[in-house]
Amino acid sequence: MEGLEGTLAELRDTFKSGRTRSVAWRKSQLRAMIEFVQDNEEEMFKVLDQDLGKHPVEAYRDEVGVVAKSAKLSLSCVEKWMAPKKGNLPLAFFPASAEVMPEPFGVVLIMGSWNFPISLTLDPLIGAISAGNVVVLKPSELSPACSSFLAEAIPKYLDPKSIKVIEGGIDVCEQLLQQNWDKIFFTGSQRVGRIVMTAAAQHLTPVTLELGGKSPAILDSSSNPTNMKVIAKRIVAAKWGSCSGQACIAIDYMLVEEKFASYLIDLLEKTIKQFFGENPRESKSLCKILNKNNFMRLLDLLKDPLIRASVVYGGSVDEETMYIEPTILLNPPLDSQIMTEEIFGPLLPIITLNNIHDSIEFISSRPKPLAIYAFTRDETFKKQILSKTSSGSVTFNDTLLQFVCDSLPFGGVGQSGFGRYHGKYSFDTFSHEKAILQRRFFPELEPRYPPWNNLKFQFIKLLYAFNYIGLLLLLLGLKK
Amino acid sequence: MATKEEENTVFDVEAANVLTKELRDVFASGKTRSYEWRISQLKSIVKMCDEHEEDIVDALRQDLSKPQLESIVYELTMVKNSCTLAIKELKHWMMPEKAKTSLTTFPSSAEIVSEPLGAVLIISAWNYPFLLSMDPLIGAIAAGNAMVLKPSEVAPATSSLLAKLLPEYLDCSSIKVVEGAVSETSALLEQKWDKIFYTGNGRVGRIVMAAAAKHLTPVVLELGGKSPVVVDSGIDIQIATRRIIVGKWGCNNGQACISPDYIITTKDCAEKLVDSLKKELEAFYGKNPLESKDLSRIVNSNHFSRLTKLLDEDKVSGKIVYGGERDEANLRIAPTILLGVPQNSLIMKEEIFGPLLPILTVSKIEDSFDIIKSGTKPLAAYLFTNNKKLKEQFLMSVSAGGVVINDTTLHLAVHSVPFGGVGESGMGSYHGKFSFDAFTHKKAVVYRSFVGDASVRYPPYTLGKLRLMKALITGNVWTILRTLLGMS
Repeated sequence: MEGLEGTLAELRDTFKSGRTRSVAWRKSQLRAMIEFVQDNEEEMFKVLDQDLGKHPVEAYRDEVGVVAKSAKLSLSCVEKWMAPKKGNLPLAFFPASAEVMPEPFGVVLIMGSWNFPISLTLDPLIGAISAGNVVVLKPSELSPACSSFLAEAIPKYLDPKSIKVIEGGIDVCEQLLQQNWDKIFFTGSQRVGRIVMTAAAQHLTPVTLELGGKSPAILDSSSNPTNMKVIAKRIVAAKWGSCSGQACIAIDYMLVEEKFASYLIDLLEKTIKQFFGENPRESKSLCKILNKNNFMRLLDLLKDPLIRASVVYGGSVDEETMYIEPTILLNPPLDSQIMTEEIFGPLLPIITLNNIHDSIEFISSRPKPLAIYAFTRDETFKKQILSKTSSGSVTFNDTLLQFVCDSLPFGGVGQSGFGRYHGKYSFDTFSHEKAILQRRFFPELEPRYPPWNNLKFQFIKLLYAFNYIGLLLLLLGLKK
Repeated sequence: MATKEEENTVFDVEAANVLTKELRDVFASGKTRSYEWRISQLKSIVKMCDEHEEDIVDALRQDLSKPQLESIVYELTMVKNSCTLAIKELKHWMMPEKAKTSLTTFPSSAEIVSEPLGAVLIISAWNYPFLLSMDPLIGAIAAGNAMVLKPSEVAPATSSLLAKLLPEYLDCSSIKVVEGAVSETSALLEQKWDKIFYTGNGRVGRIVMAAAAKHLTPVVLELGGKSPVVVDSGIDIQIATRRIIVGKWGCNNGQACISPDYIITTKDCAEKLVDSLKKELEAFYGKNPLESKDLSRIVNSNHFSRLTKLLDEDKVSGKIVYGGERDEANLRIAPTILLGVPQNSLIMKEEIFGPLLPILTVSKIEDSFDIIKSGTKPLAAYLFTNNKKLKEQFLMSVSAGGVVINDTTLHLAVHSVPFGGVGESGMGSYHGKFSFDAFTHKKAVVYRSFVGDASVRYPPYTLGKLRLMKALITGNVWTILRTLLGMS
């Protein structure tokens, strides 16, 4: 505990010194970040493979590449982002100027997640640095190889007086959460999100919570057969091709019309074999289940006989190697755990509906997810999905892409979280927008001051209502 | 006519449950989302302000003895301005914003769609009980939400007036008023809201945020703090003094979140400043300010005791250089200036929120920044100076919700800049479009087609795919071309 308080005191002093505010410091750190990624690419592939069995292509696409791209964008834009933005002023305030100046919050805490242990720690870090803060980075202890790698490598590249990596488990998290932070950025589960926000409330610390939920994929029959092959690929990639389904924006479950179900299942089976071979257990392109806890949790979801009966593909497991085959289920009971909890694993329930338009009611009667995916060519249906459902994001005819679009805010709503980042949103999320109004001593407006009389009253009333004509008439009336 | 039992019905958790469910059902029906609904509600608010101006001014007089000018300008006109701006800009605010897409996701298009959060709770404050209820309400309506307004019970006349007028003018199925105090507020806070907007103090702010945490509800907290005024030498003292007075005593007699709380100036300037303040205070409020109609009273006896306690503390009572008179029966305290109070006195530890103005002195004006930074971040900070360098230093080193140079409190009325706090003074912001944004979820939308499906995305992964993946992610055309050629 003393060590932690000492660390925080050091960070506060660094921040007070103003060191992290300069453009030069921020750019130097961002350049160092780029160098860090270039120098350590192989090492990152190695630790991601150790923790999650992640293939270098996935590791690059979802982690290393994301960080490199983000650092480069921030480096080229940070000066622009830092510049004060002018605001319009009504004539009534003349002469004056109004602007908004972004300033760093101060000492920020970033808590990363285990499924994308590199990008979900370093991408927010890039935002915090661009905004001029000092940072404590707490990688997830559930991905230990990545956590130690970050603890060892980050101090070699980034300013150790301003950016600290603290490793540890629940007890360390609890200690961290007791401190008075200027901002907390958390990626993880809803359960822990509540704990983080409750702790933050004690110090009135603003938070960004990047959580999860059950992200559905809607597939309607308007898609033509040639596209169906591509659709199947995108679905399989968004489920099993992204950390084996252990991703906040992975497809959690699917909604299709009844008549379409067997065609879809067939297509998915073929695609799974295409991607992962006849024996997916031996595929190097499939991430492993994180650990025993998660494995048992997923097994539990399949335990119930009614659930087992709904498995139409896959379903085999190997406890020793903690392997679960890519599994598809058809219409498991809607009140079962697999349909009420976020799955976060390689199990894909398919729910059939009489009419695909019922998917809107299905989704909107459930907690708001982080993402909704909809495969359709029906423009009216698209509009209805947009206006009648709510989610962090919506992607039409593809999956996962919203994650790599730097111009789009990435974040949740409702139970899937609040706050957002990526691109400039990362800078904004770690900045306080300070409003600045600058006035001059002359000219002076006498009517502003008491004692009040009717003329002053009329004047001020008209002035505040921006009724310039009225003001003019009032003044003219006075002049006779 | 309601029977005695019905009138005394307690608004408990059960009642709050029923109310929120009703509100969610109305929201789910889509009623509040149409442009027409939003505009009609906003126009009705303007109508309500015009048709009941006297009633509103009267309620504010009852609650705070607020001078008519302050009620009309700072409460009614500000509310009408917010409505007018929203009515004028709403179409534009509601439009989706196009977002750029890069080569990495080609071909695609993207936009950001604004959608209402759902059922929101607005908890208002007692010092500007009309403005601080209606202004957030306007934002919530403009953004298309359903809402509950909980006005402050410390301003009871305004609270009951709002409870009476809102159902008459606005759509009462989607905009509800719940009156009450701690237990009613607690019952409301137990519910699951899509957003909570709270104006008040830090103690209750913590309670609100902790309650919101149970449901992962985002919050805006408009709190307060000790807003300092730094007065440099070499300025027009009379003008600075008048602007400080009007921002302090002219704003609900110092009971405002952005009122100048205390002054810091150099030892050399202090005497001149005090003299100028005395002169102008007398010019504004006369020789008997306790009787001036241009000053609000202290809101209630609790606050009256709190403020007199600040004045009566041993370390401080001898430092009064002007004023200090009180009239307990009428809940009035005269504009009071104190010079040289110790920094560890009560009056310098908590937000004053009243007509007392301590002045601290320093040898060098730059030392004032350290004093300010030793406290928590205030909602506003003010500086009077003609020294450009000092001004820049101030802007860089003093963190506050908002800053005004050479004036006080006016930024409240500038709708093109966000109004909100930082640190202990709060989180989130509103006013103008920021009010609309505060109650909106900005949903990211990506449109893709099936043209140009890059197989590099899909397993089985190979090192060749890795090379192309790298090129695609950097989005550099030449790299991509070279890699593609290399591959063929």
